[in-house]
Order: sequence, then structure tokens, then C-alpha cells
Amino acid sequence: MTKRQLLMKRYIFPVALAFGLIVGSASAQAAEEGGLLPAGTNVQDQASLQRGAKLFFNYCVGCHSLKYMRYSRIASDLGLSEQEVMQNLNFTGARFEDPVVSHMPADLATKWFGKAPPDLSLEVSAKTADWVYTYLNTFYLDPHSPVGWNNTTLPNAAMPFPLWELQGLQTAEMKPAKPGEDPAVEKLVLSQPGKLTPAQYQQATRDLTSFLEYASEPVALERHHYGIWVLLFLAFFTLLAAMLKKEYWKDVH
Amino acid sequence: MANVFTNIGDWVTERAPNMMPAYRKHMTEYYAPKNFNLWYYFGSLALLVLVNQIVTGIFLTMNYNPSAAGAFDSVQYIMRDVEWGWLIRYMHSTGASLFFVVVFLHMFRGMMYGSYKKPRELVWLLGMLIFLVLMAEAFMGYVLPWGNMSFWGAKVIVSLFGTIPVIGGQLVEWIMGDFLPADATLNRFFALHVIALPIVLLLLVVLHIAALHEVGSNNPDGVEIKKGPKGNRWDALKPADGIPFHPYYTVKDLVGVGFFLLIAAFIIFFAPTFGGWFLEHDNSIMANNLVTPAEIKPVWYFTPFYAIVRMIPSFAGTAVWGVLAMFGAIAVLFLLPWFDRGKVKSIRHRGTGYKVALGLFVLSFFGLGAVGAGITAEVIPEWFGDVDLTTYENAFGRLMTLIYFGFFAFLWAYTHFGWEKTKPVPERVTTHD
Amino acid sequence: MANEVVDHGRRRFLTATTAVVGGLGIVSAAVPFIKSWEPSARAKAAGAPVTQSLAKIEAGQMLAVSWRSLPVFVINRTPAQLATLPAVDSRLVDPKSDGASAAQQPKYAQNETRSIKPEWLVIVGICTHLGCVPNFVPEIKPEPFDPNWKGGFYCPCHHSRYDLAGRVFSGVPAPKNLEVPPYHFIDDKTIQIGVDPKEAG
Repeated sequence: MTKRQLLMKRYIFPVALAFGLIVGSASAQAAEEGGLLPAGTNVQDQASLQRGAKLFFNYCVGCHSLKYMRYSRIASDLGLSEQEVMQNLNFTGARFEDPVVSHMPADLATKWFGKAPPDLSLEVSAKTADWVYTYLNTFYLDPHSPVGWNNTTLPNAAMPFPLWELQGLQTAEMKPAKPGEDPAVEKLVLSQPGKLTPAQYQQATRDLTSFLEYASEPVALERHHYGIWVLLFLAFFTLLAAMLKKEYWKDVH
Repeated sequence: MANVFTNIGDWVTERAPNMMPAYRKHMTEYYAPKNFNLWYYFGSLALLVLVNQIVTGIFLTMNYNPSAAGAFDSVQYIMRDVEWGWLIRYMHSTGASLFFVVVFLHMFRGMMYGSYKKPRELVWLLGMLIFLVLMAEAFMGYVLPWGNMSFWGAKVIVSLFGTIPVIGGQLVEWIMGDFLPADATLNRFFALHVIALPIVLLLLVVLHIAALHEVGSNNPDGVEIKKGPKGNRWDALKPADGIPFHPYYTVKDLVGVGFFLLIAAFIIFFAPTFGGWFLEHDNSIMANNLVTPAEIKPVWYFTPFYAIVRMIPSFAGTAVWGVLAMFGAIAVLFLLPWFDRGKVKSIRHRGTGYKVALGLFVLSFFGLGAVGAGITAEVIPEWFGDVDLTTYENAFGRLMTLIYFGFFAFLWAYTHFGWEKTKPVPERVTTHD
Repeated sequence: MANEVVDHGRRRFLTATTAVVGGLGIVSAAVPFIKSWEPSARAKAAGAPVTQSLAKIEAGQMLAVSWRSLPVFVINRTPAQLATLPAVDSRLVDPKSDGASAAQQPKYAQNETRSIKPEWLVIVGICTHLGCVPNFVPEIKPEPFDPNWKGGFYCPCHHSRYDLAGRVFSGVPAPKNLEVPPYHFIDDKTIQIGVDPKEAG
């Protein structure tokens, strides 16, 4: 190797790489912040997805659709039979092959809540799993809100809290208000326990978030399996190509 | 069996006498310098990615619905209902980003080794045209999923043209075919993205390679092998330091392809959104002209250029200066062969000043990217606390802009006034042997 | 470093091996693209079995149901209509549906009434000539196209005629009896079109 090439390798590349890593890590660091709780979801955990599906269809589908998800897909991906899905999950009266559409009429919803409950097929894609998980854990009673509930992750969300039976009732302890400013939430306190302990509720919302994460990208369950084979094949091919190249280049000097 | 091929070959040659010679001229009798290094993989990789975009693009078009009402749903249809649609989509989205990684590295090779200098200015100009068309193609492709970032990205970029005095407003309406990005806009972007620009791109790529083959390839030492000694193992009249492109570089490029596909496959199968950089979070929400995303920013490969727009302030009642600066940032790249008055091609033999300047240029490109991507906006409060974000970001961004343009100004002065102290350029190429 | 002798044999072997492996890779890569042409989940959903209640279909009435984008006629035949079936046997091409029309119905509909339950006819309303949708003409009275009409289907396109079991008359352009789709009874008042009784379990 020439002295010049050595110089490049020893000094220039590392400096460039370091700069790139600083920029990259700054970006990553920035992403971790934002005060979100870590969701800890695992879409490969089928039992978690099943529990999450049950929660979704019991508590959410009354208002929220998953219009890009078909019941049949949920069945095959979550290891459930058609019967299990149609009896335990399908409360919308759809056919097995149909998408999950809530029967909440959009115009009535807008009248009651101010806006129609959004479709949740891509909610985790749009907001991240951590956001959805935190959102589900930060509802609190708010007498000033039209629906009686508020949320520190999405203030004035206009969404009533369907999981209060499970979590219990959270209330907000407010910071002393600065003059001319609205009072801010200091922290949330569980004033009345629900059916689940705090740890159980966190697991339940983790399951629900996992299910929504799956719904955002159902193919995430299987693409890793294809990926392993593709990478193995490509590694083998690259090795062969390298051997071929070396053989031909033996006579280049 | 071989007889059949020879007979077919003869049949064709009788009717198109120059076809076989053309193949030989560009493959087995194209003598490329024998000292190509890592930086020389990116041309063939760019071609590979182009083929990928075209093939996956064709199959996406089979299921995509180019209407404002149906586009977003059709992308989800492809991702969930079409057999293997998800793979075709991820190959296309990953390919788009990797296209720019490869092209940026390919261009940087040209800068490092002086591949834009005489007699290769035409190759460089055609390449810059490809880059320009590629940016337009990528921009329009990004609008097609009709997510919220597609819509707002289209709105912001098209409205840049609105800063042009007198005709700006009309121009914007003409581009969009409506008063805001709408069905009309989406439909015409679809036509341009799917057929018009790909044809132009293919034509330019053919011309780019043809122009290169006319004058022969440069190399990391910047030595003109055609001016050196003649006679190699295959042809007594061809450059001594040249080797036939086929089989030597076809076989070597194959290894490059293998490595590249490994990286691409890892992304496609294990991290297709690449942390929100290749497929952005906000684009999982349908286009909504009433709700702007919290952090509106262009897709990563446009961030340095977009930052330049933001860094130049408005004055004299118009914001057109930022837009002019952005186009200027690309124009100076076009004019690089004329900014650089030096005679020495490769960085290996150039003065220290040049090396420092080029290094700073690279840093400025990354720095501008950080500004455009919103990284500085997130990091400044963390590193400096409760300071005025705009002041700090502008200071950094404007410094980066200065360095970016300063590189070209410096290069001109450095080479025009003879301040550069170059090293002697060797007669023959240097290899690892 | 010294000029080595070119090992053509090894070159050929490595070229061939790499070409074969690379070729396998390209063929494997082509598979997803080819498979993407298969009916999507949406197409399959549209072609899924259809459940239909029979409660509102009165005697002598017909309901047209869409299944796989095909019109399926569900008819509640009266005893008088059922009685016409043996009477027209001699005028039909394949009265027992075991000749030219052997493949036009599932085994459980290969009978005199071409149905599971005698009164309920489930038939695909596509003429076996060139695909028009025949008219349902149930009244047992002389018609311009047949003075001896005992009720059935009449195709306006090229005047093919079928009886009240969908069996084709001789001397008309259509060659086969109307198709009976797979179907079964979920209960006495509900059928599901698209699934055989055995499959439904």
C-alpha cells in the first residue's frame, strides 16, 4: 500500500466516519428523547398479539376501524381459526374476508367528539409504538374536557378513555400556574385502582400496542425469515464472485 | 451447439456489420486502467439500481391507483393484499434511497480524481444532467403515495417556484394544475415519473457511457493511460496500463454487486423504513391539506439543498434568493471543470490546500444535510440549552453554505493564481502489487 | 507477483459455478414478481362464499345473488313448477345431466330437480351459449318463442331456452344445462353459495 493510501486509511476515513457517526448519533439521540415511555413491544410474540387483538376488538373497534386489515389475515397471522375470529373478535358483522370497519357513523362521531375517530391501521407507523403505548398510559380525568378525559401525550385529544376499567382512574396533579399561562400537568396519579394492577395494565397496553404495530405492517412477522435466506444466499454468491475475480485477476500486474 | 451461435452470429453480422464490433468496442476491447479502486464500483451499481427501479416500478404501476382518492389506499393494497407486493414496494423505496447514496459516492469519486477535467467535461456534464433528472424523478415518485409528507413536500417544493418575481404565482398554478397539489398534480407527476423521465434518464445514461468510452476512463492516479506507453498483453496498440473491461471489470463489478445487494437485502428485510429515513413516519398518514406535519422536511437526499434555501434570507420583498442559491449549488457542480484551473487531476498529487478544501466541502454537505433534516434543530437545545434556535441554526447553516460555495471559489483562486503546489504525476499508474 | 500461468480450467469452473448460482438467484428473484399476478387478497375476498337468507323468497319467486361477480338465481319452486320437470324430459338435450352437461353441476345436484332440496333451485344465470343473462319466465303459459312453454329461462340474445331446472332444450344454440354452483344449506332458511356440503362439514 502506498504512503498516500495509508494516510487515507489511518486518518481521513476515521475522521469522516467519526463526523458521520456524530451526526448520526445526534439524530438517534434526538429520536429517543421526547418523554415517551418505552413500549417494549415484540410482534414476534404471538400470544401478546392475540391478547392485544382481544383488547382491540373489545374496547376499540366500537369507534376505530382497521380498514386495511382483513379478519382472515388476522386469523392466519395470529394462529387463530376462522371460528375463533368470527366468534370472539368480529363484532362488526363483516364477512371473514372483509376488512375491520367500525360501525361508528363518521358524522355522528364528529358531532359527539368534534372529529371522527381515526382509522388505526397505520397509527404505529405514523406515531411510533412508544407514542401509542405512552398515549394509552397517560389518560386522566379532566372535568374541563367535553368528554371528561384528557391525555398528556395528546392534549385535548377529544377521546373518551375506554380502558379505565382496567387501569383505574388517573387524575392530574397540576404545577402552580404561571401568570398568563394555562396550568400544566406535573404528574399523573392513580386515584382509584382498576381491575388490573399497574404492572398488568402496562402489559395489557403493551399487548395492544404490539397488535397495532402488527396491524401497521403485517408482513413484519415473516420478512425476517425470508431475509435470513436471502442474506445467506447473497453471502455465498459474493464469496463465489470474489473467488472468480481473484482467479481472473491473477494475471493483472 | 457452438455452431448454432456462430451461425446466428454470422447471420446478424451479414445484416448489421457493426453490431459485433460495437460489443467488442465497449466490452472486450474497451481498455480501462488497471488500477480502479473501491470508488470505481459506484457507476455499475448505479446502473444496477436503475434497472431495479424500472423493474419494480413497472410492477408497482400494475397495482397502483394514480388518483388522489385512491393512491394511498392502493399502496396499502400493494403492501397487504397483493402477493409479494410488500417486497416489490420495499425494493423500490430502498432502491430510491440507495440510488442517491451510490450517485453521491460516484460523483465524489469524480471530484477526488479529477474525472471531470479535460477531455471528460462532457461526461461530467451528462452526469450532472442525470443527477438533475434523477432529483426530479425522485421528487415526483415521492409524491405518488399521497401521504401527508408527499402532499406537503410537493406544496413546499412547488411553491419555491412561486418566489420567482412576476410569473411565480402563475407558474405554481401551472405546475400543479390546481390551486394546491391535487388530483391533477398527482396524475401528471405519475405520467412523468413512470414514463417521461425514465426515458430521458435512460437516454442520458447511454450518452454518459458513450461519452466516457470515447475518451476512456480516468483512474485514481489521474494518469492518462492513452498518453502513456502502448502495448499490453491483449493488443500491441492499446495502452500498456489498460486491461479489457470484460472480463476483468465485469468480474470485479460482480463482487461489488454482491456486497451491495447484501446491504440492500438487509435493509429491505430487516429495516425497510431505515428508522424513518427511507420511509417517513408522516407518510403513513393520508394527504391532508389542513394539517401540516410537525416537522416538515424533505426526504434525506434533498436535505443539503433544501437547507441552502432556508439559510438565505429574503430581502427586497422576495424570497427568490434562497431558491437561486439552491439552484446555484447545483450549477456550481456543473461548472466544476471550469472552476478548477489546475492541470493535475487526482487528489493523490494535488496540494494540501485542495485536500483540506475538499474535506471541508464534504463536511459542509453533511452539515447542511443536518440542518435540512432537522437534526440541528433537535440537537442545539440539548447541547446549548435554552438559546434562540433560529440564531444558532442560521449561524451554523450559513457557515456551512459559505464553506460549500467557498470550495468552488477557493478552488478557482487556488488554481488560477498558481497557489497550488502539486506533486509530480507519475508516468504509469500505481497498483497495490 | 510473477507471471502465473492462466489456469483456464479453474477459470471455466468458477465462471460456470458463479453463473449457475447467479442464475438461480435471478430465477428466485423473479418468483415474487410472477406471483404478484396471482389473485390478490382483495380479489379472493370478492370471490368468497356468499351467505343468503331464504326467508323472504316466496313460493314461485326468484332472487338474484352476486357471487364471484356472477348472477346466481335462487328460486323457490312451487309444486306445480316441480311437476313440469318430468313432462319436458323428451324435449331436452340432456335431461339427466349425465351427458354433455355432466360437468355442469356438483354430484349432489345431479338429479331430476338439479338441487339439494327439491323446491330450492340455485343456478348460475349465465347462458351456456355465449354468456348472456337469461330472463326468468316462470309462468306456465304459451309464449311467442314456445307455444308449449312450461316455465323456465329464456335467453334474449340468441333465443336459447331452459326449463325450471335449468336444463337446456333441444334445437337451441346453447349446448349445455345452466351451471349449478357449489352450495349448501347452513340451516333450513339459509344457504351459502361457493362451498359444497362436504367441505362445510
